[in-house]
Amino acid sequence: MIVELVTLFVIFVLAMFVGFEVITKVPPTLHTPLMSGSNAISGITIIGALIIAGAADNRVSSIFGMLAVAFAMINVVGGFMVTDRMLQMFKRKPEEQKK
Amino acid sequence: MMEALAKLSYLLAAVLFIYGLKRLSSPATARSGNWVASLGMAVAIIATLVFYTQVHWSYILIGAIIGSVVGALLARLVKMTAMPEMVALLNGFGGGASALVASAEFVKYLNAGGAIPLNFGVAIMLSVVVGSLTFSGSLVAFGKLRELITGRAVTYPLQKTLNALILLATLALVVWLVAEPANPVPFGVLAGLALILGVLVVIPIGGADMPVVISLLNSYSGIAAALTGFVINNEGLIISGALVGASGLILTNIMCKAMNRSLANVLFSAFGSEVQQIGPAGAAGDKAVRSLTHEDAATMMAYARQVVFAPGYGLAVAQAQHEVRELADMLQARGVTVKYAIHPVAGRMPGHMNVLLAEADVPYDQLYDMDQINPEFERTDVSVIIGANDVVNPAARTDTTSPLYGMPILDVDKSHHTIVLKRSMRPGFAGVENELFYNENNSMLFGDARDSFKKLIEEVKQLG
Repeated sequence: MIVELVTLFVIFVLAMFVGFEVITKVPPTLHTPLMSGSNAISGITIIGALIIAGAADNRVSSIFGMLAVAFAMINVVGGFMVTDRMLQMFKRKPEEQKK
Repeated sequence: MMEALAKLSYLLAAVLFIYGLKRLSSPATARSGNWVASLGMAVAIIATLVFYTQVHWSYILIGAIIGSVVGALLARLVKMTAMPEMVALLNGFGGGASALVASAEFVKYLNAGGAIPLNFGVAIMLSVVVGSLTFSGSLVAFGKLRELITGRAVTYPLQKTLNALILLATLALVVWLVAEPANPVPFGVLAGLALILGVLVVIPIGGADMPVVISLLNSYSGIAAALTGFVINNEGLIISGALVGASGLILTNIMCKAMNRSLANVLFSAFGSEVQQIGPAGAAGDKAVRSLTHEDAATMMAYARQVVFAPGYGLAVAQAQHEVRELADMLQARGVTVKYAIHPVAGRMPGHMNVLLAEADVPYDQLYDMDQINPEFERTDVSVIIGANDVVNPAARTDTTSPLYGMPILDVDKSHHTIVLKRSMRPGFAGVENELFYNENNSMLFGDARDSFKKLIEEVKQLG
């Protein structure tokens, strides 16, 4: 049981390092989309929410699960969509001015 | 077998997240990166639905439909100037979801007799605490940014003592519940305390320190997701949560450095709760401030070789980004070099100014970070400061008594002329007078930034 916990902790620490390496390379100009995008990724809790909402344990758990699915889904859908909306605006050259 | 396949799918999802984040290293590839990451999420969701036996499809469907509709509406309708609120809100939902999953697990164990293995017990309690705290803290941050509640730091006597007591009580409850898990009442109290703690921790933090708070809450929402991974024994959640946790921490660190303050100082000092009378403020009364007409300002810019715009939160408030771009285009057509100087903490969240200017079609290669632009100011004829204050206050370099002292600033005062667009002489967030306003080569252009820019555009047009 403790070994399991430690194994998961090892994964957690290594993933933090991967995160540090990858994120440090994101330029400041993209920090807002980075936040909203990583936010969408933290919506991965949806996995846990789906398992719980779908499992036939008891009513209270299912309702908590359903709420969790809704919350996580707002996070996922809202996060990825708004990030896309922002990123499509980042352009290198001004668009041709049309008179 | 099914579980193994599920785990492999989560690994694939995590790889796609990492690859997607990697593509965020350049604006040119960033959009596809976001798509890669959302593909990863789709893989994770579909794998869960396929590989885990689902009984209550109705619960899943109702939750998913409500969440998707609300999320999509928010994403479509939110204004670019309101992005900090949006991110705060999303952070909150992420934290809330994690707390709910942990609570549901707790109820599941409770129904099965109450015994929770030690490792899951620890994870459940911590997940509830971090998730709830992120939820309520984010809502307060949202309220502050929307100005539903005061953006100033809220302080009251014994604030820190009270917060410390609540934190201690929370930790004590965590320990108790890990040892004696079959107790629904203290579990409810634990969640309640964590919610209160989230409110109390964010309320004493002022508006301009919000970039730090949002980054930190961003990190917490990731940590909460990772803790949920410990709760349901799922590596996919742990990896993804850790990525977000790391991302939030990096941003928090960058923001703190850009203000030359420690995280503890930002969180606990209630910076900006009142207007302080420190430094040269006392002498302000007899110093003269020059203001100039729109015509003069337009002429100055139109005949310059290089003009630098330094935007701050005031740009977002005035929603002047399109007018700024229009003026910049006209100046460029006249052969003026136009650059934008972006301070890391300008605005209310990391990268806030960049998104606003991108919305107005300002090409991102005209945006310069503080380190890139500072050597340029000596060669700059006119620097135009749009609704920024503390990030251009020279006192940060020279006045050791100033609360801003040591904060890296945009050296706009080194350019030949500065024009400050401001609504009044009111000090900035830090409550410190800005020496820049009294400089000999500075002129004030009072009024709403958007109106001012409209007038400037007219004036430049008349110059032909």
